[in-house]
Amino acid sequence: MQAFTRHTGLVAPLDRPNVDTDAIIPKQFLKSIKRSGFGPNLFDEWRYLDVGQPGQDCATRPRNPDFVLNQPRYAGASVLLARENFGCGSSREHAVWALDDYGFRAVIAPSFADIFFNNCGKNGVLPIRLDAGVVDRLFAAVATQQGYALTIDLPAQTVTTPAGEVFGFDIDPFRKHCLVGGLDDIGLTLQHADDIRAYEARRREEAPWLFG
Amino acid sequence: MSAKTLYDKLWDAHVVRTEADGTALLYIDRHLVHEVTSPQAFEGLQLAGRPLWRRDAIVAMADHNTPTDPGFTEIADPVSRTQVETLDANARTFSLEYYRIGDARRGIVHVVGPEQGATLPGMTVVCGDSHTSTHGAFGALAFGIGTSEVEHVMATQCLVQKKSKAMLVRVDGEVGPGVTAKDIVLAIIGRIGTAGGTGYAIEFGGSAIRALSMEGRMTVCNMAIEAGARAGMIAVDDTTIEYLRGRAHAPRPEHWEQAVAWWRTLHSDVDATFDALVEIRAESIEPQVTWGTSPEMVVPISGQVPDPAVEADPVRRSGMEKALAYMGLTARLPVTAIALDRIFIGSCTNARIEDLRAAAAVVRGRKVAASVKQALVVPGSGLVKAQAEAEGLDRVFTAAGFEWREPGCSMCLAMNADRLGPGEHCASTSNRNFEGRQGAGGRTHLVSPAMAAAAAIAGHFVDVRGF
Repeated sequence: MQAFTRHTGLVAPLDRPNVDTDAIIPKQFLKSIKRSGFGPNLFDEWRYLDVGQPGQDCATRPRNPDFVLNQPRYAGASVLLARENFGCGSSREHAVWALDDYGFRAVIAPSFADIFFNNCGKNGVLPIRLDAGVVDRLFAAVATQQGYALTIDLPAQTVTTPAGEVFGFDIDPFRKHCLVGGLDDIGLTLQHADDIRAYEARRREEAPWLFG
Repeated sequence: MSAKTLYDKLWDAHVVRTEADGTALLYIDRHLVHEVTSPQAFEGLQLAGRPLWRRDAIVAMADHNTPTDPGFTEIADPVSRTQVETLDANARTFSLEYYRIGDARRGIVHVVGPEQGATLPGMTVVCGDSHTSTHGAFGALAFGIGTSEVEHVMATQCLVQKKSKAMLVRVDGEVGPGVTAKDIVLAIIGRIGTAGGTGYAIEFGGSAIRALSMEGRMTVCNMAIEAGARAGMIAVDDTTIEYLRGRAHAPRPEHWEQAVAWWRTLHSDVDATFDALVEIRAESIEPQVTWGTSPEMVVPISGQVPDPAVEADPVRRSGMEKALAYMGLTARLPVTAIALDRIFIGSCTNARIEDLRAAAAVVRGRKVAASVKQALVVPGSGLVKAQAEAEGLDRVFTAAGFEWREPGCSMCLAMNADRLGPGEHCASTSNRNFEGRQGAGGRTHLVSPAMAAAAAIAGHFVDVRGF
C-alpha cells in the first residue's frame, strides 16, 4: 500500500450529499477481475453523456461539461471535497480503486459510510472528517479561488488552507500507523497467529458446531 | 457483571486480542464469497504466497452476474463469464464449498446462506457485500466488507475492528394487514435517515419485530446498511431456533442442545443500555414507497412527493431537487399517480418464499397492466424457486403476465442483462434506489412484494390494503 504522510493538492468540490458507490463506479465496471484501471470510469454516469461500457476508450467519449471534474480549473485535482454520508451503499472497493486510480489521495467530508471509510484506509487514500461548518467554508473558498489547494499532514493530523488556517482531524491510531507506514495489515495480523490459534482451540471446545 | 446488549455479547465472544487504542482483532466464523468482490482477494493471497486460513468457513457461489433466463446454460457477456469462471477456478484451487451454476442450491448468497443453515446464531458472518447485515436476523454479528478485508479474512480468519456504538430500534404494537417487514424497515430509514445509523450497530426489537418470521427479520436486517449501520441484528427466540432445525449446516444432533442453550442467551439483558434509542409504533406504519434517489426519500402510499421548497436545510433541499429532476417527478404529486414501466420482485431483500407468496396472493386471477413493459419474478435461490413451483406460485405469476426466472441478484443492481432503460420507472422489491442502480437513467421505487404486485396489476402505485 502506498504510504500517506503529507500531501498538498488541488481541491475539487462535489457538492451533493449521500454520494453512493454506485455513482462513484457503476456496476458494469465491477466485472473486472483486476484492481487497477478504474480511474477513467470514476463517476462515469455524471462525467460522460453516453453510457460507458467496460474496455471502452474513454478519451473519445462525450463529456458532460457541467460535471465538476470536467471543468479545466479542476484538472489534476487530488483532494475531493464532499458532503455528508459520502461513499454510502455497496461495499465495492472498486470505488476507492477508482478514486485512487484517478489521482485522488484524500477525500474530505462531514461524514462517510463505514465500509467505504475502511476501504480507503486499505488503499492509501485518506478519508478526513471535518465539521459540516468547516466543510461549508471550504466549499465557499474553493468556489471563489481558482487553484485552491489544501495541505494535508497525516502525522500532525491537520488540514491547512492557502491562507494558513489549520483544522485538526481525528483518526484511529492503528489506521494512522498503517497509512503513514504504508503497511500491509495482513502481515501485522499474522504476527498474532498464535493468539488466533489459541482462540480457535478454545472455541472448538466451547462451540464445536462452528468448526468443520 | 454489568448488563450487556446482544451486540456486546456477540462482540465479546469473538475478540482474539485488543490493542491499547481499543482496536480489536475479531474472529470470523463464516465467510460468504461471491464472484464480484473475491477475484482480487484470491489473487492477492496467492501473490503474497499466503495459505487460506480456514477453508471450511467459506461458502461460495456466483449471484451478481448470473443470467436469470429460464434454463440458461452459459453466460453470453464475456466479461461476466470471465468473472464467474474465475470463481469456478478459485473454488477448485482452494477446495471450497461451492454452489456452481446448475446446482439446485445456488442463488443469492444472502438467501442461500441462511437456507443452508450456514448462518447460525452467535456467529460472526462477513461477505464482500454490504447486504451481509441480513444475517443479523439470526442473532449473529454480520457485516459487509471490502475486497481487502475479504483477503484479510482469507489469510487470517480475523478482521481488525473498532467497536461501534449500539442503537436499539424498537417497533412495538401490531402492524395492520398489508403492512410488511419491508414497510417497517423503510419507515425506520425514513425516520432516522440513510446516515442515521452510521457508527452504530442496530438491534431491532419490540413486539412487531418479534412477531416477524425469519424471512421478515432478514428483510429488516438486510436494509440496516441503508440506514448506514455497521450491522443490524435481532435477538434469538423460538422462531430462530425452529427455522434452523434440520438445515444442512445446522449443528449435528450431538451438539444441538448445547448450541441451543447458548443461542438462548443471545438477547440484550433487560437492563442493558444503548447509546441511542428509536421507538416507532407499528400501527403508524403504512405501506411505503420511495420517491427519490436515496432510501430515506420515502413516503406512505397515502402521501405525496414532497416539496423541496419547504425544506429548510439548503444541502438537503438541493439533494431533493436533484432527486426530483432525476426521477422526473414534480412536488406534491400523489404517490398513486406514479405510473410504472417495469416491476421487479426479487433481490436479497425480498426474494424468499414468504415474499413470493405475498406477491402471488395479490396477483392471483389478475393480469399485469398493458402499460407495464415487463414484470419479473426472480426467486432468491434454486430452493425457493422449487418450493414456489411446488406451491404453484410460478403458474400464478406467469398466468398474470409475469416472467418467472432463474435465481440471482438480477435487476437489483443490473450487472446481468436484466435492467431498466433510461427514464423508466420500476416498482422494485430491492434495497437501493440510487441513480442508475437498476440501469443507467432508470428510476427505482422501493416497495414490498405485495405493493410491487399490486402496482403491476394497476400500472401505477396503489394501496395494497384496499386492492
